[in-house]
Amino acid sequence: MAKNKFAMGGLWVIVVMFSLCFICAWFCTDPNQVNLSNKFAPSSVEHWFGTDALGRDLFARILYGGQVSILVGLIATSVSVAIGIVYGAVSGFAGGRTDAIMMRIVDTLLAIPFLVLVIVLQATLSDWSGDATRWIVGNFNWDKEFTDRLTNVVPLFFALGLLGWLTLSRIVRAQVMSIKEREFVEAAVALGYSKGRILFRHIIPNVLGPTVVYSTLTVPGFIMYEAILSFLGLGVESPNSSWGVLIKEGANFLETEVQLLLLPGIFFSLTLFSLNFLGDGLRDALDVKAAKD
Amino acid sequence: MSLLKIKNLKTYFHTRGGTNRAVDDISFSIDKGEIVGVVGESGSGKSVTCHTVLGLLPQPPAKVEGGTVTFDGKELLDLSQPLLRAIRGKRISMIFQDPMSCLNPYLRILDQITEPILIHENVSRETAEARAIEMMKKVGIRDAEARAHSYPHQFSGGMRQRVMIAMALVTKPDLLLADEPTTALDVTVQSRILKILRDLKDDLGVAVLFVTHDLGVVAELADRVVVMYRGKIVEQGNTQDLFKNPSHPYVKGLLACRPTLETQYKILPTVEDFLQTKIEEDGSYTLSDHPNAEDRLAKLTSEVKSEKGEKSTLTSLLHVSALKVHFHSGGGFLGSPHKIVKAVDGIDLQITRGRTLGLVGESGCGKTTLGRAILRLQETKSGSILYDKNELTKLSQAEMLPFRKHMQIIFQDPYASLNPRQTIEQALTEPMLVHKIGINQSERRDRIVSLLEEVGLGAEFLLRYPHEFSGGQRQRISVARALAVEPEFIVCDECVSAMDVSVQAQVLNLLRQLQQRRNLTYLFISHDLSVVKFMSDDMIVMKNGKVMENGNADTIYKNPQSEYTRELLDAIPSSSLLG
Repeated sequence: MAKNKFAMGGLWVIVVMFSLCFICAWFCTDPNQVNLSNKFAPSSVEHWFGTDALGRDLFARILYGGQVSILVGLIATSVSVAIGIVYGAVSGFAGGRTDAIMMRIVDTLLAIPFLVLVIVLQATLSDWSGDATRWIVGNFNWDKEFTDRLTNVVPLFFALGLLGWLTLSRIVRAQVMSIKEREFVEAAVALGYSKGRILFRHIIPNVLGPTVVYSTLTVPGFIMYEAILSFLGLGVESPNSSWGVLIKEGANFLETEVQLLLLPGIFFSLTLFSLNFLGDGLRDALDVKAAKD
Repeated sequence: MSLLKIKNLKTYFHTRGGTNRAVDDISFSIDKGEIVGVVGESGSGKSVTCHTVLGLLPQPPAKVEGGTVTFDGKELLDLSQPLLRAIRGKRISMIFQDPMSCLNPYLRILDQITEPILIHENVSRETAEARAIEMMKKVGIRDAEARAHSYPHQFSGGMRQRVMIAMALVTKPDLLLADEPTTALDVTVQSRILKILRDLKDDLGVAVLFVTHDLGVVAELADRVVVMYRGKIVEQGNTQDLFKNPSHPYVKGLLACRPTLETQYKILPTVEDFLQTKIEEDGSYTLSDHPNAEDRLAKLTSEVKSEKGEKSTLTSLLHVSALKVHFHSGGGFLGSPHKIVKAVDGIDLQITRGRTLGLVGESGCGKTTLGRAILRLQETKSGSILYDKNELTKLSQAEMLPFRKHMQIIFQDPYASLNPRQTIEQALTEPMLVHKIGINQSERRDRIVSLLEEVGLGAEFLLRYPHEFSGGQRQRISVARALAVEPEFIVCDECVSAMDVSVQAQVLNLLRQLQQRRNLTYLFISHDLSVVKFMSDDMIVMKNGKVMENGNADTIYKNPQSEYTRELLDAIPSSSLLG
């Protein structure tokens, strides 16, 4: 992968983005510090990107928002990839009646609008967030405010991830069905390998390439869903921010204060581009044939 | 003046890995109405030559570095695309290897054959259709008027290749480029297609450039032969002379390493016995005669295949009786009726320990299904499989496990039969782990190294992936993997069919040597009668899921009893010239 300039560039942008959002953010000013006397301030030494309609530091809000957005993308994707690969692989490998039943379940879930499902699941999970906060604070003595922020967004990650695997499982299933017809799988049967071994050691590694590419493409999708949910008041709750929330807020002042939309937008799209390039690079890197060229 | 004259042609491929001199300074010509066969192994540059003539190569990576291709006085390499298009399909036509993928599945046959006429000539559709149907009759499609309105999928492989030929010849071209047109076909179909090509050449006066890897086909069809090796022409000349008195060591080796029905080798000669390749430091190489070629050949000819003792005194290892495998196809969704395909329909066979049973038949005869059914890779409908007095058909997959150790399979395609994501070491260790062979990693590793040496590879290959090997090497790895569990019975399913003859000879020799050393029993499945003849002690001829003939291999070849066996033997191209 070292030879692929775009992928390496993408990787570096993501590394920088990560360190900005997760390390530098601790040294920033408080993103929720309201100062109405200093709203829409231009960029200055104190406020690098200026301030928003409530006089909050935009730079700090972008970094803190980035934490939520990046985590939504990564955690929801990991959850959905894990479920999608196993579900799709089992379905495709088993074939016959098992496959038919498993796929009808997917069809049913796909038939219900995604957002409706997410909202229901998110609401269910959120019911426990208060208990979770108390439990964590009680047992581990974590900072209350920090734990609150955490329990506010974590249900969202899982709600998206628990429902985002549907398409992925179909992709994996199709791949598995074509690979299980290959002769090396038949050779494995002839050598007396067990079904689990064939599935996990011989088939799944061969479907990882397309899966990785597809899943890097779903990261932006999840970030978008988070923004939509936040807009509906079901995602990230004020005063916490996320890139989606910032873009939405910025859109209100499009005519006068364009930087409020533009700056979070640049961070957002830069991350998405980099993820796509990285996905392409990963696909080549995971392909043993291309890797040796 | 010759019709097509290729002079000092160089076509190189420039890739990241370096420059591949696919065609490196070759010159030959074709006269009007002549058939020239271009023979070579994969990678010899024969197809690239063919594609360069019509400008069909993707550029880049391909680049014509020099030379001329003169067709009827015109320089083809300098022509612009529009001018070239006027020649393609009108004056020079081409037919390809795979008739399945070269026809558009959505267009009727008639439309496809008419299309080149309508593009290149200013005639009415009626005239074009009349000519198309006339041409279909010429290539031997019976009932052409009615069949013209069918779609490609309603035609068999051989019929589709006839349609391709009709399409290529319907514009009355001066030159036909045929790139391995019969490679994907059965021998009986191939012999019919070759006859059609010969007749049409006389009838229409078309010159043919026939590219193939099969020396037999060339011997039967071509007036002149051009032999290519590593992008260069090593020898060219009149077919009779070249086959009778080859002068280049590579050609000698190529001719000798094909198993034929007449020869009785115990071990086949290989190209390396004749050809000595000296590679210089700058990467160039010189080819010369091997000093000991004569002695080696004399020794091989003297070691004639011997009988392995009387059949009755040896114990039977595998006994299959009344075996049936049926497939259900179609049916279901809209209530269309189920079709039952009787792939294997009541087969009886016996294999004696330490011997080889050859199984011959054309594509679709059920030979592969039979091989898979014996290993329980395919569910059977009825019948019994007795392996060493154990009934296999009643066993569950888990109960089969101890037998998997004894029975192995080697597949046709070594590219597909190795997991691309496993190194050679992983691929060979895994069967030992599953069957608990070897106490620890280091002992297993020693076994792998000795296995690799046994199949002619070294320990330095352990950490490589399958794609880093050539086809022949990969097949050796598949053999090593099968041997890793120390089997006594191996099904070889078309295991040399995808290989060049020189590599084929090496793999066949390897299988032979392993059989002697380890007292292996083979079920050798192939469509190639000469290969089966070389390998087998006994043989079975299959057609449509049934046994046509069964008995001692030599006896069957000398005196075939069934009509079908005789037909198969007659269809083998030109054994007289190659004998």
